Amino acid sequence: MANVQFENLFKNYGDVKAVEDFNLKIADGEFIVLVGPSGCGKSTTLRMIAGLEDITAGNIYIDDSLINKVHPKDRDIAMVFQNYALYPHLSVKDNISFGLRAQKLPKMEVENRVLEASETLGLQGLLSRRPGELSGGQKQRVAMGRAIVRNPKVFLFDEPLSNLDAKLRHKMRAEMKKLHKQVGTTTIYVTHDQIEAMTLADRIVIMKDGVIEQVGTPNEVYKKPNNIFVASFIGTPAMNFFEGKVKSCSKSLTTITLKDQKEIKLTSNIFEKDQDIIFGIRPEDISVNLDKKGKMKDSIEIDAVISVIEPMGHETIVICDSNYGELTGKVESSHTLKENMNVKLIIKEEKIYQFDKMSEKNLLL
Amino acid sequence: MSSNVHMIERLEKINPKKVIIWTLLFIGSIIMVTPIIFMVSMSFKTGQEVYIFSLFPEKATFDNYLFVLKESKFLYWGLNSLWVATFSTLSVLFFDSLVGYTLAKYNFRGREIVFIAILSTLMIPTEMLIIPWYMMSREFGWIDTYWGIAFPGLMTGFGTFLMRQFFMSLPDELIEAARIDGWSEFAIWWKIAMPLVIPALSALAIFHFLGNWTAFLWPLIITNDPDMYTIPVGLASFNGENETNWEIVMTASCLATIPTLFVFIILQKYIIKGIMLAGLKG
Ligand SMILES: Nc1ncnc2c1ncn2[C@@H]1O[C@H](COP(=O)(O)OP(=O)(O)O)[C@@H](O)[C@H]1O
Ligand SMILES: [Mg+2]
Repeated sequence: MANVQFENLFKNYGDVKAVEDFNLKIADGEFIVLVGPSGCGKSTTLRMIAGLEDITAGNIYIDDSLINKVHPKDRDIAMVFQNYALYPHLSVKDNISFGLRAQKLPKMEVENRVLEASETLGLQGLLSRRPGELSGGQKQRVAMGRAIVRNPKVFLFDEPLSNLDAKLRHKMRAEMKKLHKQVGTTTIYVTHDQIEAMTLADRIVIMKDGVIEQVGTPNEVYKKPNNIFVASFIGTPAMNFFEGKVKSCSKSLTTITLKDQKEIKLTSNIFEKDQDIIFGIRPEDISVNLDKKGKMKDSIEIDAVISVIEPMGHETIVICDSNYGELTGKVESSHTLKENMNVKLIIKEEKIYQFDKMSEKNLLL
Repeated sequence: MSSNVHMIERLEKINPKKVIIWTLLFIGSIIMVTPIIFMVSMSFKTGQEVYIFSLFPEKATFDNYLFVLKESKFLYWGLNSLWVATFSTLSVLFFDSLVGYTLAKYNFRGREIVFIAILSTLMIPTEMLIIPWYMMSREFGWIDTYWGIAFPGLMTGFGTFLMRQFFMSLPDELIEAARIDGWSEFAIWWKIAMPLVIPALSALAIFHFLGNWTAFLWPLIITNDPDMYTIPVGLASFNGENETNWEIVMTASCLATIPTLFVFIILQKYIIKGIMLAGLKG
């Protein structure tokens, strides 16, 4: 068990800046998820912790000791690769015990530890098989077994579930969480899937182009995104955005002109005159109404036409065309909504995110 | 009933393209096999009968075999050949794959230059190297020694190239996983990389062993003592100045083929068995 710390970490591949000024403190036992679109430097960061990649600049500490120059085998980490990297010519048992045998542990101890790990992961019946004779989920378990049997200070996972089908991925996600509860080892987990990140993480690190955009608990990054990128990356379906311009602002009332010259008034004074604003609203905060009720207090009303309906069981995704572009709502399925219907989208003012168009920063923070 | 279905399926499968391919292959194999059949046939003929064109000897005899095995030095030569070819093949398997692995999986300055230099040795014909090899051997006293016969083939550019290509297709993650698991670089090569390229190693072993087994020019030059001859050199020594006893040459050739058959039979199953990437991906 250990804490992990990054100080001004940089990684360049020639001219490509894969990781830029990465700073983070990971507490002992924490489950940290690095998430971001493909190519944003997640794997590179993980591989620098593992010692598989040289560090261009900066420091990494495990358990408060600097490990920049420490050989991978002496860092006391275990890594699970996206393609599992099981040794094809070795049995499951030998795959799991391969690292222990390198440490020249007594035979009995190796045996016991392998048994223990295979019990934890339900691999008992598979120990004599070769990786080629395993299903995707079983391979994934073996890869996990190889990691936990070493009882390392830190687990590193690089998209370990992305080769599984959706159902299995869900199941393994839950097992992953359970396992972490059981062993409590500090875990750094890389994924491009924000749902995985939200469900697994104690804290999420959202990256883009090698830079950390935000660090926070799942709740924080969902409720208080630092900027437009984080807001659009977290949550499915993604947040809706539409533009506005500040027409006038007084102490307690700001008037903002939308694209179709409609004006809305907000009771806040965080704006400057003529500032370009981007509003964000999550699909789950849009209510789709058929009847033309009178205007509700502190809310915006948008006329729209339903273009697509995506039923998902107890919820339905409603995609609408409006003067502000495409807006997506998520509603309960009891609605009798049909495609091509005219509807009113009602948005509570308090649910609206407000970003500066220039800096893309969240103005409400 | 079911056999009828099979018949119909078979008939449907016959198409002109296949007929042509099969015909060509058949002709090809006849051309390849005929000399071998005559070799075997002649080894059972008597001296007088050798020049009669017939597939089956009128009176089959084992005398040739007795002569080759008992009266000539064939068994010496066979052991010489076996020893040199085996030693040389093991050496090539070890060093070529070690160098090939290094070129494929490590990034170091000058890697490309080293690779191109090794590759360019493929373009130099053996005949050109024989004089420097010979002078070197004379200097070091390697004439009429096993080492002298074997040393030019202990590492080959071709084998290095072949092994590099195979190692390049090994996923880096396997090596990285083993590195994290705590094994030394040499152990990773030996325990992880090598077992996964067994098909390539088998192919290389067959090529190299056969090449060595049939090598003629260099062993002829480096050996003077008939006790040190390899089989091809020994076979050539059956050619007298005035006449050649073809039945003896053919008999010795038949015997010389047997070990190569064994090598091929033992190793070919590893070539076919591709376990390469079975452990990766879901
Ligand atoms: N070995 C490498 N050589 C050159 N560029 C690389 C190498 N590895 C990664 N990169 C680049 O670094 C960036 C980050 O890559 P990576 O960390 O693999 O992204 P992620 O895992 O987030 O998808 C990408 O632009 C990628 O092209
Ligand atoms: Mg990656």
